[in-house]
Amino acid sequence: MFERSGRTVATWATPVAVLGLVAIALLALGLLAGNALPERTGPPVEEVAVERTTITPGEFALSVRNTGPDPVTVAQVFVNDAYADVRGGEDPISPLGAATMTVDYPWQDGNPYLLTLLTSSGVAIEHMIPVATVTPPLDATSIGRMALLGVYIGVVPVLLGVAFLPVLRRAGPVVRRAVLALTVGLLAFLAVDATLQGFELGAQSAFGGVALLAVGAGVAYMALSALGRLGRGGSATGSRLALLIAVGIGLHNLSEGLAVGSAYAVGELALGASLVVGFAAHNLTEGIAIVSPLTAEKVSPARLVGLGLLAGAPACVGAVVGSTATTPATATLLLGVGIGAIAQVVAQIWPLLRAKGARVLDTPTLAGLGAGVLVMYLTSLLVTA
Amino acid sequence: MDKSRRRFLLGTAGAAALATAAVPALAVAGETGGARHGSGHGGGGDGGGAARGGGAAHGGGAAHGGGGAAHGGGVNGAMFRSGRQVDHVANGFHPDDVLRDFDYGRVSTLPDGRVLREWDVVASDKDIEVAPGVTFPAWTFDGRIPGPTLRATEGDLMRVRFVNDSAHPHTMHFHGVHPAGMDGVPLVGRGVIAPGEEFVYEFDAQPFGLHLYHCHVGPLAEHIARGMYGTFVVDPAVGRPPADEMVMVTHGFNTTFDGGSNQLYAVNGIPFHYVDSPVRVRRNELVRVYLVNILEYDPINTFHLHGNFFDYYPTGTRLEPSEFTDTVVQAQGQRGICEIRFPYPGKYMFHAHKTEFADLGWMGFFEVSD
Repeated sequence: MFERSGRTVATWATPVAVLGLVAIALLALGLLAGNALPERTGPPVEEVAVERTTITPGEFALSVRNTGPDPVTVAQVFVNDAYADVRGGEDPISPLGAATMTVDYPWQDGNPYLLTLLTSSGVAIEHMIPVATVTPPLDATSIGRMALLGVYIGVVPVLLGVAFLPVLRRAGPVVRRAVLALTVGLLAFLAVDATLQGFELGAQSAFGGVALLAVGAGVAYMALSALGRLGRGGSATGSRLALLIAVGIGLHNLSEGLAVGSAYAVGELALGASLVVGFAAHNLTEGIAIVSPLTAEKVSPARLVGLGLLAGAPACVGAVVGSTATTPATATLLLGVGIGAIAQVVAQIWPLLRAKGARVLDTPTLAGLGAGVLVMYLTSLLVTA
Repeated sequence: MDKSRRRFLLGTAGAAALATAAVPALAVAGETGGARHGSGHGGGGDGGGAARGGGAAHGGGAAHGGGGAAHGGGVNGAMFRSGRQVDHVANGFHPDDVLRDFDYGRVSTLPDGRVLREWDVVASDKDIEVAPGVTFPAWTFDGRIPGPTLRATEGDLMRVRFVNDSAHPHTMHFHGVHPAGMDGVPLVGRGVIAPGEEFVYEFDAQPFGLHLYHCHVGPLAEHIARGMYGTFVVDPAVGRPPADEMVMVTHGFNTTFDGGSNQLYAVNGIPFHYVDSPVRVRRNELVRVYLVNILEYDPINTFHLHGNFFDYYPTGTRLEPSEFTDTVVQAQGQRGICEIRFPYPGKYMFHAHKTEFADLGWMGFFEVSD
């Protein structure tokens, strides 16, 4: 007993000692290096990101975050070349700190507004409101409306796609592989599309744009890989692969819902029939993707519905959150999560694309890949119509 | 605003729309176009402050004069963030004083009977609070923006000892008629006055009129825009009719130093100052405004007076007005004398009728009383 506890102490002593030494060294470095190196030359670095704009009659409310290394004081604000009264954010905002400012300005519906935050040192930080319109209030009606939008663009189309399972079952192995390839093609399109969006959105993010995208993608990829290996080793097939695809597409639809919700909130989106039909066609293919590994298995209808909801329902959550509380940073992170999830799903499906014993993809499979990309491209045009 | 700024604005609009709309990016462009022609039902502002109006003829102008209360806001017009004022004491000059501060110099008589006027003008670098909470690293003449208003009479000998206490090379370049060596430009005569050095500019006060001086060291636009400008008035030998005289120097501050345009526009140093502290004049008394435009980066500036007309004397070099108007246009370096008589009491706005300058600080009020 005594011996054992002694060994425990020894086991712990080394890491603790190393950590302590490193901590002391870092402290010493901080104290000494600070004095050894000269102060930074030049003026303070003032960077501020506007994370969210809430528009009410006669007012813009800005949630801003200091993204630079130095404190920032927003001394004055002008809107389209006119100074305006501002409440809030009088004090310096510390690095990564946030403030909310309300600008008194008689804006007009549908106009663009360029807000310039003039800092105490005279730096002008610009924020564009492309189209001014009243931000939907956070109430049961608007939450319900966004959830319904999520059902229209996420749940319904995915379930419609899942309903294609009986059709797929009647097909032979070549056609099944081609359908799997179609799935890979459309997922690849989604990943590339989301990456491009992530780059643009990340530029407005307060917490490192592309890095945040990479973090989201990396974490999602690892997490789904681990999930795929639960229970059995090796690559997933059949219902487990279907589950993985559903989770991946669900994560993608979460960020898609987020984008649609926030676009609606800032008045950039008309919730017309064309939008709903476009998304239906676009996301229907996602349902087909989920059931494509299930052609050789017996699956209960409840399980199919469950898979469809797993993939489609996150669009509801995304739309609600997007219309109320999203920031460029969270949206970028979630786009990254979607990309990582899709990449993992593609990695899972890829081995199944080759015919038994074949070293290269056959022509129908290649055609499926190409068709997947093409279908997604064409239906993405419908969404924007 | 200049064209590049507008292009930038449109570009940003497009980029932001794309980024936020995510998948339906192209739909956004379509919807944006449609929305702009919509009925415009959402615009706010009607709650903004009708209550603030004091019944004056100029919508909502009640609350200034006492206690530094701010004018404007919402539909009542542009204003700075309420609740904080510029610290004029720390700045070392006050626009209320600049207004009627004419410096006639140290006066003596030369052996030939001519009047000699002597001044010492010191260039220095100084942080100035140009708007509440906004510090501008200025280069100044005598620590103020605009520099001192030097005043002489036609035919006097002007002797200006210029001391450069700034960390940067400067000159004093006077408009007016003088020999090349007194022109205050690089490589002519004494040329650039290095930090720590000094030079005496000496010339005859001619022609009579309203002139300006400014630094002429390269880069020229920055040396001027940093604050190195001022007025000099040469009175005609015959004099002008007695009047309540004041100088108004219109200028801007490019606080970002991008050389593109100005973030602040002002008259006599501090934007919106004469909105909150109106220029007090007497009814029916002749008011003479020496109006000088030394705005950089924007090609023209204007002056517009409300509720009245005035006689305008371009450059002040003739004793007859060129026009009777309520609005004049001045290019960079142009100036002229405005003679005004207010028949009614009350508050009358004056501002750049290039109205974005007005909304960015170039506006004020005359307050006329009996």
